[in-house]
Amino acid sequence: MVTLTINGQEHELDVPDQMPLLWAIRDVVQLTGTKFGCGMSLCGACTVHLDGEAIRSCVTPVSQAEGKSVTTIEAMSDDEVGRRVQQAWLDLGVAQCGYCQGGQIMSATALLKEHETPDDEQIMDAMGGNLCRCGTYNRIRQAIHRAAEQGEDQA
Amino acid sequence: MNRLRDDLMLANVSRRHVLKGLAASGALVIAARWDWALADEEAAYGAEAMPHGWVDDPNVFIRIDEDGTVTVTNHRAEMGQGIRTSLVMVAADELGADWDRVRVDQAPGDEEKYGNQNTDGSRSMRHWFDPMRRAAAAARTMLEQAAAEQWEVPVSECRAGVHVVVHEPSGRESGFGELAAAASQRAVPERDSLSLKPREEWRYIGQETGPSQHAEGDEVERPLAIDGEDIVTGTAVYGADVHFDDMLYAVVARPPVYGATVASVDDSEAMGVPGVVRVVQIEGTGQPAAFEPLGGVAVVAENTWAAIQGRDALSIEWDNEPAGDNAAYDSESYREALEAAAESAGKVIRDEGDIETALADAETNLTATYYMPHMAQAPMEPPVAIVRLVDGKAEVWAPVQNPQATREGVAERLGLDFADVTVNVTLLGGGFGRKSKPDFVLEAASLTGEFDGRPVRVQWTREDDLHHAYFHAVSVDRLEAALDSEGRAQGWRHRTLSPSIGSLFAPDPEHKGDFELGMGFNTMPFDIPAIRLENPEASAHVRIGWFRSVYNLPHAYAIQSFAAEMAAQAGRDHRDYLLELLGPARRIDPREIDERWNYGENPERYPIDIGRMRAVIEKATEEAGWGRELPEGRGLGLAFHHSFASYTAVVLDVEVEDDGNLIVHNADMAFDCGPQVNPERIRAQLEGSCVMGIGIALHSEITASEGKIEQNNFHQFEIPRMPHAPRAMRVHLINDDPDVAMGGVGEPGLPPVAPALCNAVYAATGKRIRRLPIADQLAS
Ligand code: FES
Ligand code: FES
Repeated sequence: MVTLTINGQEHELDVPDQMPLLWAIRDVVQLTGTKFGCGMSLCGACTVHLDGEAIRSCVTPVSQAEGKSVTTIEAMSDDEVGRRVQQAWLDLGVAQCGYCQGGQIMSATALLKEHETPDDEQIMDAMGGNLCRCGTYNRIRQAIHRAAEQGEDQA
Repeated sequence: MNRLRDDLMLANVSRRHVLKGLAASGALVIAARWDWALADEEAAYGAEAMPHGWVDDPNVFIRIDEDGTVTVTNHRAEMGQGIRTSLVMVAADELGADWDRVRVDQAPGDEEKYGNQNTDGSRSMRHWFDPMRRAAAAARTMLEQAAAEQWEVPVSECRAGVHVVVHEPSGRESGFGELAAAASQRAVPERDSLSLKPREEWRYIGQETGPSQHAEGDEVERPLAIDGEDIVTGTAVYGADVHFDDMLYAVVARPPVYGATVASVDDSEAMGVPGVVRVVQIEGTGQPAAFEPLGGVAVVAENTWAAIQGRDALSIEWDNEPAGDNAAYDSESYREALEAAAESAGKVIRDEGDIETALADAETNLTATYYMPHMAQAPMEPPVAIVRLVDGKAEVWAPVQNPQATREGVAERLGLDFADVTVNVTLLGGGFGRKSKPDFVLEAASLTGEFDGRPVRVQWTREDDLHHAYFHAVSVDRLEAALDSEGRAQGWRHRTLSPSIGSLFAPDPEHKGDFELGMGFNTMPFDIPAIRLENPEASAHVRIGWFRSVYNLPHAYAIQSFAAEMAAQAGRDHRDYLLELLGPARRIDPREIDERWNYGENPERYPIDIGRMRAVIEKATEEAGWGRELPEGRGLGLAFHHSFASYTAVVLDVEVEDDGNLIVHNADMAFDCGPQVNPERIRAQLEGSCVMGIGIALHSEITASEGKIEQNNFHQFEIPRMPHAPRAMRVHLINDDPDVAMGGVGEPGLPPVAPALCNAVYAATGKRIRRLPIADQLAS
């Protein structure tokens, strides 16, 4: 038995300790916004927040998440920064197929929590692990700037 | 012209048309297009020529509820191109619907009802703009007629406004919802009686979408991407997101060599993995594989992780005997063999003037051989499918580009009537041609049969996706030019060698078919006195399939690189030289140059338009500041290409650092697809094409050794990351002319990107790279 707190809710899961968090979230808890893209920490589609930090759930055993707070894309609308990022994504029409975008938004939100107004280099550093086969990178970069600016406006 | 074509053409032919003796695998058949032997006056083009053609019945596509909600059924697969938004924009506009009260339904696979649904070939809008407008115009007319009858006034006095019908003399109004029931009882008006809205009345078509364009006090109401909110909140449903409580999860170990089979399997350890339920063999169909599974061993479990663990624990002996020489396939020696074969003549595809004399008389002869490797489509969502049986009927949920072929394949595999199979199409997390082949769905169908119809999800891992893609054909292209003393081209000889997609469906033809040659090879547009195009043999050793823009990729790469080499040899500016090679604006009838495919479009409506090529080149170079001074180590590269009835030119501004790191500072793409329905999504497709094309040039390569694919995951098959994308990207859309025949959007942006990048590297460094990918060849 593993106890996980996902989006503020506790789940008792009967899964092996070594099961990657990704599959526990998707197959067992049935939150499907977190995506499988590579299983090797190479694409970022599975990005979630573990105590606020962006991590790759495909290589994180559930045992490592015990006692910590897991946040997925489904909870981003309840997060002030997350909501701003989502809105910027919509404003700029970032998504094409959309499959990678949950992971992109999780990485971008973590970035903006660390740097309120990141520059291009910081964005490329933070987002370099998130692949998008549709090639939406330019809009992602612009959307992060936009979300940052709107955060400043509110401040 | 009344001849039988010798080439093979892919056709999705309904069962009654299956010719005995042709390889019929599933429902997709490669067939000699016997219908093309008919006289030209009977030839069908465009949507007309597609299996099940088009449908414009409003009752099929548009429903209006009494509360006024308008539901438009989208029957094409959504894979990021935005068709669920764009096609609905067309219907909503023609109907007069208020965007906020429009929703979209996704059609299951049913071509008898909806017309052709095979979402590839950059055809969705090109083939469906007109039928969808007619369907909506018919629905609007029915609403107007219903209002006229209710008010007892002439229908000519009733006009649909925004979500209402207005009686113009009295100003009386009735909402669409109030009229819906009565309108639905009316006969569908005759097609010829419909009047389509003039362009000035369009509110959505051709408008920019997204609130970013709402800015600056612009009051025009503009539609938003239909799935946008679901995507950013993680609630959009892709192939793996459908859940059933009693669902089983499977991963499959497939033969590493194309055509191999299972000799023996020891599953004792796999069965010991907690959560593994059973290990099952899946029958493959051997070669040619068509869309059928490759066969192998499935591990079926209670969750995906257990299935993956179980598969790792399998020990399998493969029998390579049935694979023949595929087991010896080595992509490096294959490249060398093709390069050697390119030295000799091949099947003649086009022959104008006297090439031998031109080459012999030339002041300078220029020769170059280009190589493009295999690649995998690698959509971010790997193949995945769920199938279950309920009361003997199959239900499928899968991200498929071709739901009809999927349905036919599942019916055949499970021995069911076609009517007893439902294919629900989820969102596709990218397609790029991979998901037009439903092999992964047929695996799930086989497995559900083994478990009394319990829902089974087959999940492909990234390793599976890369090992068992339908690979983009490797290609060797050898070009020779004869230049006169002024550097002008007097002769052009091009030999192209690639395995054919035909090998997937029939005994290997070893030559490219019409539809492969027609992708930028025999449509080479330059105005040169002597032209000779040849296609020597090349055989296939892996599954070869469509990859976004297909054979346009190697053809454009070779031709556009070589034109730049010719310009350099002649000491001329590349742009000026290209325009000179093209000659004056004119339209070429494809039949004149023996081009028989023309993307399935009518050669009269879709000529090869040199003027449009010139215009995109001029636009892209002008916007990019062609000719401007750049610092050391930096250069501009240009390329253009015509494909899928559209025209693209690209200028990339590239810096190569000493360590070989490459930065694309600016990208300017000029694009002409004729009328633009959703310009914002068109730009998005071009931006995506630019990034993908940079990846093709820089690092994307699949290699094989002893018949096995050597790349396992994204650390070995690299695709672009954010730092590879241009620092600034500008897409310039031109020629939004309603009288021009509409072109495709999803694919035509891609082919010129890789050659533009290589040309820019040459401009920056003087280094000419002729073998893709180039990233490891850049360090000085
Ligand atoms: S699935 Fe976790 S990084 Fe790709
Ligand atoms: S939007 Fe398709 S993979 Fe990123």
